[in-house]
Amino acid sequence: MELKEKLLSSFLVFENKIDVGSYVQDIKSEAIKTFKDNGFPTKKDEDWKYTSLNKVLKEDYTLFSKKEHNIEYSDIKRYLIYDIDSYKIIFIDGKYSSHLSETTHDGMDICLTSAALSKPKYRLVIENYYNKVATKDSLTSLNTAFSNEGAYIHIPKNKLVEKPIQIIHFSTGNEAASMLQPRNLIVVGENSHVQIIERHQSLTENPVLTNSVTEIFANKRAIVDYYKVQNDKQNASLIDNTFINQRQESVCSVHTFSFGGKLTRNNLKFFQKGERINSVLKGITIVGDKQHVDHNTLVKHIEPNCESHQDYKGIFGDNAIGVFNGKVVVEKEAQKTNAFQANNNILLNDNATINTKPQLEIFADDVKCSHGCTIGQLDESAMFYLRSRGIPKKEAKALLMYAFANNVLESVKIPELKHRINRLIAGKLSVDIGFDL
Amino acid sequence: MLKINNLHASVEDKTILKGINLEVKAGEVHAIMGPNGSGKSTLASVIAGKEEYEVDKGSIIFEGQDVDELAAEDRAHKGIFLSFQYPVEIPGVSVTNFMKTAINETRKAKGLKDMPANEMLKLIRDKAELLEIDRKFLSRSLNQGFSGGEKKRNEIFQMAMLEPKLAILDETDSGLDIDALRIVANGVNKLKRKDNAVVVITHYQRLLDYIVPDFVHVLHNGKIVKSGTAALAHELEEKGYDWIKEEVNA
Repeated sequence: MELKEKLLSSFLVFENKIDVGSYVQDIKSEAIKTFKDNGFPTKKDEDWKYTSLNKVLKEDYTLFSKKEHNIEYSDIKRYLIYDIDSYKIIFIDGKYSSHLSETTHDGMDICLTSAALSKPKYRLVIENYYNKVATKDSLTSLNTAFSNEGAYIHIPKNKLVEKPIQIIHFSTGNEAASMLQPRNLIVVGENSHVQIIERHQSLTENPVLTNSVTEIFANKRAIVDYYKVQNDKQNASLIDNTFINQRQESVCSVHTFSFGGKLTRNNLKFFQKGERINSVLKGITIVGDKQHVDHNTLVKHIEPNCESHQDYKGIFGDNAIGVFNGKVVVEKEAQKTNAFQANNNILLNDNATINTKPQLEIFADDVKCSHGCTIGQLDESAMFYLRSRGIPKKEAKALLMYAFANNVLESVKIPELKHRINRLIAGKLSVDIGFDL
Repeated sequence: MLKINNLHASVEDKTILKGINLEVKAGEVHAIMGPNGSGKSTLASVIAGKEEYEVDKGSIIFEGQDVDELAAEDRAHKGIFLSFQYPVEIPGVSVTNFMKTAINETRKAKGLKDMPANEMLKLIRDKAELLEIDRKFLSRSLNQGFSGGEKKRNEIFQMAMLEPKLAILDETDSGLDIDALRIVANGVNKLKRKDNAVVVITHYQRLLDYIVPDFVHVLHNGKIVKSGTAALAHELEEKGYDWIKEEVNA
C-alpha cells in the first residue's frame, strides 16, 4: 500500500482514539482532507522542483510504534548539550519520556503538546495559537491531522528563561522503519526571552521519516533564539516545517546546522506582524555522500520599519545536493524595510550540486533589499599559503571551509552549543583541529 | 643546506626556469635580483612546492634530500619557509588560530605533542614584540584588510614563529615604507643564526642595505647570469639591468 493510502486509512482509527477537544478535532478533520486532496508534493510543484520525496516515501513506515524501549540517559547523553543546565523535553519514538525530561510549570509552561491539546486549562492558548501561523500546505496538514505530541512552551510576559530548552525527538529503530510527526507550539510573551535547541536523532540505521511542525509566536519585544541541530544518521530524513509569527519589536533568530541525514527539507517561514521587527535566518550546511539538504525560506514583511537577515553557507562534497530557495516578500505597507539575503556555496568536486534561487517580491517603494548567491571552489592560492606553513592538505582544506562558514557561528549565543557545533564541523571535515581558540 | 642543480621548471607548459644552479650553505645570506619576469618568484614558489609548477629537469636538494616530490607542507616541516610577495587574505581565520594550527601540525609531523596553550601564547607574544606587532592585530582575520606593510610584517612574524632553516623572502621590501622596512629587516637579522640561511629575492638594492648578503645573483630569462658579492647589488642599483642583458646577449 502506498504511504498516502496507509496514512488515510490509519487516520480513521487514530481519530477515534485521541483525546482532544472538538476545537482541535475539527482542525484535524479539515487537515486530513487537505492532505487527501493534495497528497505528497512532487517535483511538479514549483517549491519542490529540486527535491523529490520519492525515495523516502517508498519505505513501509510504522506510524504508531507500540514496542517498548529501554533507553537510558547514557544512551542519549551524547546528543544533548549536557554540560549546561537546561530544560529538556525528550521524546522516544514519538512518545514523551518523563524520566529523561526536565520540564516545569513554575511560572511558565515547558511541557507537552498532548497535555495542552487535551486539558481544559490550556484551551484558551490553544484556541488563540494552535495551527494559527502554520500554513495549510499538504505536509503541514498531514502533521496537523496526525500529530498529538511534541513540546508545548508557553512563557508569560516579562520573563527571562535562564536555562535553554532542549527539545529532542529520538527514534530507537525498534521498528524496521518509522514515521514520526512531532508538533511543537511555542508562545513567548511580551518582553520575554527564550533560547531553544531542537534536534531529531535516530539511534540506529533503520529508516526514519520525520515530518515535524513547529509554530512559534513571539509577542511584543520578545526575543527568541532557536537552534536546529541536524546531524542525523544516514537513513534518517527530515521535513522540518517551522512557522514564526512575530509581533512589534520582537527579535527572532533561527540557526540551522545541517550536517547529517539522508534528505533534509527545511521550510522556514517568518511572518512579521508589527513594526520594527527583526528576523534572522542563518544556516551552515556541510554534506557529502548522496545527502540532500533543501532550505526553503520565506520572510513576509507586512508592516513598516522591519528588518530581516538571511545568511546561509553550504559546502557540498561527493554526490551531495543542496537547494536554497529564499523568498522575501515586501508588502505595500512595509515601507523602510531592510531585507538582506546571502547564500554562499562551495562545491568540493564536479559531482556535487547546488541549486540556489533567491526570490524577491517587492510591492513597497522605499525599501532596502539585497540578495546575493555565490558558488565557488576552494581558493588554490589560499591552500598553498596554508600548506607552505606546514598545515597538511586535509587540514588546510578544513580550515578554509571552517573560515568560510565561520560568520554564521558568531551569532550563536550559547557558548557550549557553539563549541559543540565546532566539534561537529571538525568531525564532518574529518580533522582533529580545535577551531575555537 | 640547499643545492639546486640545472633546474628547469614550467607552468601551464610555459618554461620559466631554464637551468638554475645555486648552492646555499648554513649561515649564508643570498640575494637574488633581476628584472621583472626573469623568474625570481617562480624560483621561490618551486622551492616551496607550489603544485602548479612543474619541475621538468634538474633537482632541488635540501639537507641532502631531493624535495621535488614532497608536498608543500612536508617541505615546511623540513624547515623551508617562503615569505610571500602577495600574502593571501583569509577571512575567518585569525592570525593566532592560524599560527597555532601551523605550529601544532608541524610538531605533529615531528611526532611531538601539541604545544601547551600558555607556552604558545608566550611564544606568540614574544615574537609579536620582535616585529613590533600590536596584540590586537593577532585576533584579526589573517591578512584581511592589512596594509602592505602589515602583511609583510606578518610574514616575518610567521617566520619568527616557525624558525625555519631556510627562509626565502620574496619581494618582502615591496610596499614597505622606510619604517616598516627597518622593522622587517631588523626582525630578519635577529633571527639569523649560524645554522640557518636566508635567500632574499628583490628587485631593488634598498633592502640589502639592511640585510647584507654574502652573495648576490642576477637572474635573467630563467638563468643565473651573474654572481658576486654585495658590491654587485650596488652596481645594479647604479647601472640598472640593461648592461647585464647586453652582456648576456653579446
